[in-house]
Amino acid sequence: MSLRRVLQAVVPPAIFGLVFVLGWEAIVKGFDLKPYFLPAPSAIWSAFTDNLDLVRSAAMVSGANALVGLLVGTLLGVAASFLLMRFQILNELVSPLAIALNAVPIIVLVAVFQNMFASTSEIPRRLMVTLIVFFIVLVNVAKGLRQVHPTHLELMRSYAASPAAILTKTRIPNALPYLFTALKIAAPTAVITAFVSEYFGGRQNGLGYFIPSNFANSKNAVAWAYVIGACLLGLTFYLVSVLLESIIKQSRGAAPGGATT
Amino acid sequence: MSAVIVNQVSKVFNVDKPNHVDALAEIELVIEPGEFVSLIGPSGCGKSTLLRLIANLIEPTVGNVLVNGKPAAQARLDQDYGMAFQQAGLFDWRSVEKNIELPLELKGWDKARRRARAQEMLELVKLPEFARHMPWQLSGGMQQRVAIARALAAHPPLLLMDEPFGALDEMTREHMQAELLQICAATGTTVVFVTHSIPEAAYLSDRVVVMSPRPGRITEIIDVDLGAKRNEDTREADVFYDSITSIREALRGIEHAAVRGGVDDR
Repeated sequence: MSLRRVLQAVVPPAIFGLVFVLGWEAIVKGFDLKPYFLPAPSAIWSAFTDNLDLVRSAAMVSGANALVGLLVGTLLGVAASFLLMRFQILNELVSPLAIALNAVPIIVLVAVFQNMFASTSEIPRRLMVTLIVFFIVLVNVAKGLRQVHPTHLELMRSYAASPAAILTKTRIPNALPYLFTALKIAAPTAVITAFVSEYFGGRQNGLGYFIPSNFANSKNAVAWAYVIGACLLGLTFYLVSVLLESIIKQSRGAAPGGATT
Repeated sequence: MSAVIVNQVSKVFNVDKPNHVDALAEIELVIEPGEFVSLIGPSGCGKSTLLRLIANLIEPTVGNVLVNGKPAAQARLDQDYGMAFQQAGLFDWRSVEKNIELPLELKGWDKARRRARAQEMLELVKLPEFARHMPWQLSGGMQQRVAIARALAAHPPLLLMDEPFGALDEMTREHMQAELLQICAATGTTVVFVTHSIPEAAYLSDRVVVMSPRPGRITEIIDVDLGAKRNEDTREADVFYDSITSIREALRGIEHAAVRGGVDDR
């Protein structure tokens, strides 16, 4: 990408963001809004820098939960998608379930998990992230393994290719972009799930705990500082997954779209 | 020994089910080595089905198919034929040369031998400088040339092609037809070529097999005698137009029969 195009892509939203923050500051100052209603950006920023270590350690807790769930969910999802491809009956059993789960707020299961483990355990949250990531990866990768170009299958048959060769030389490479599309969807979802899981109780150490608890104590600027931390963590996860996807896109010209279910 | 023998073959899809289809009935066809034979006919006449039977991608319901003197299934296991489709069907995660190497990889050739053969095939289809390109960097016509190089990589005696130029524009198409003839002349490959273009069939073929639908049958086999060396002048020769006319009339015969059949049914 040329410098000019980078500037064209970056400068307008940056200016908009700056104007937005300055406008926010002006409104808070101009109408003399009370900090418990809406703190000024300058107050949020100083709360953020004052509490940087606290925000960082809370972000590490939530980030670790999201990352562990993302990795385990992806591994299990990939493994299960191979089973689904191999056994049609399993596919017919699981696919409607995976789609139906999308219509159900399964996040509430975290309360059930919390009940199963000790109150100091991080397992319930990680389990919740794992479960949500699992279905996103499962549905997408299974689609990539199954939806192989018919011409490719006929060619492989004309080469008298073994089932193992068809798997390694056709189905798996075909599914690879679907995996990265799934990761792009799953990565931000994993972070959101980790935050929301913390709302349901358990250890009081993550971003999802400190945001409401600081609001409850009327320390609104500090709560907003944790919101900044949450935004940064979510962005980090998203950017890494977009980077991974763009690498595979570049080597193939284009990647297929993915489904969220 | 004949290159292909199709012996009293019938094909029914979904046997004994309400949606069963009589795709082919009593097909009898013998193709000699080095021959270029086109299969032409209206859609639904079973020309692609016949090609897939020869390739052993599907099994006949009745009758048998011999390729290179052996049962079609054995010929497929021995990779006695190469195949090209309307869509080039290149694997988009493999470079051009890796695509051409795929059938050789599955035969267990070592890397140096594969590389050398891929380069040889790329020179045959006049794309030697594109070995390291990815398929999506190539035009449609170039992709189809790579597909032909891949089909011929193992030096099979038989090439099966299912409307390989169907998706190309007219100019590219004529160019590719001329190149295909040159390649076949250089390699001595027998070709079975499915098309729905009358000029294409006339220009390429030694014999044109005209087929009719429901169920698919061979209605006529037309010899095309354009001489051994066909070139761009051939396309304007009287004998070329005569061939086109006889193929067209054979196809019209089918059409009229179908219309009469429709009337009789009422």
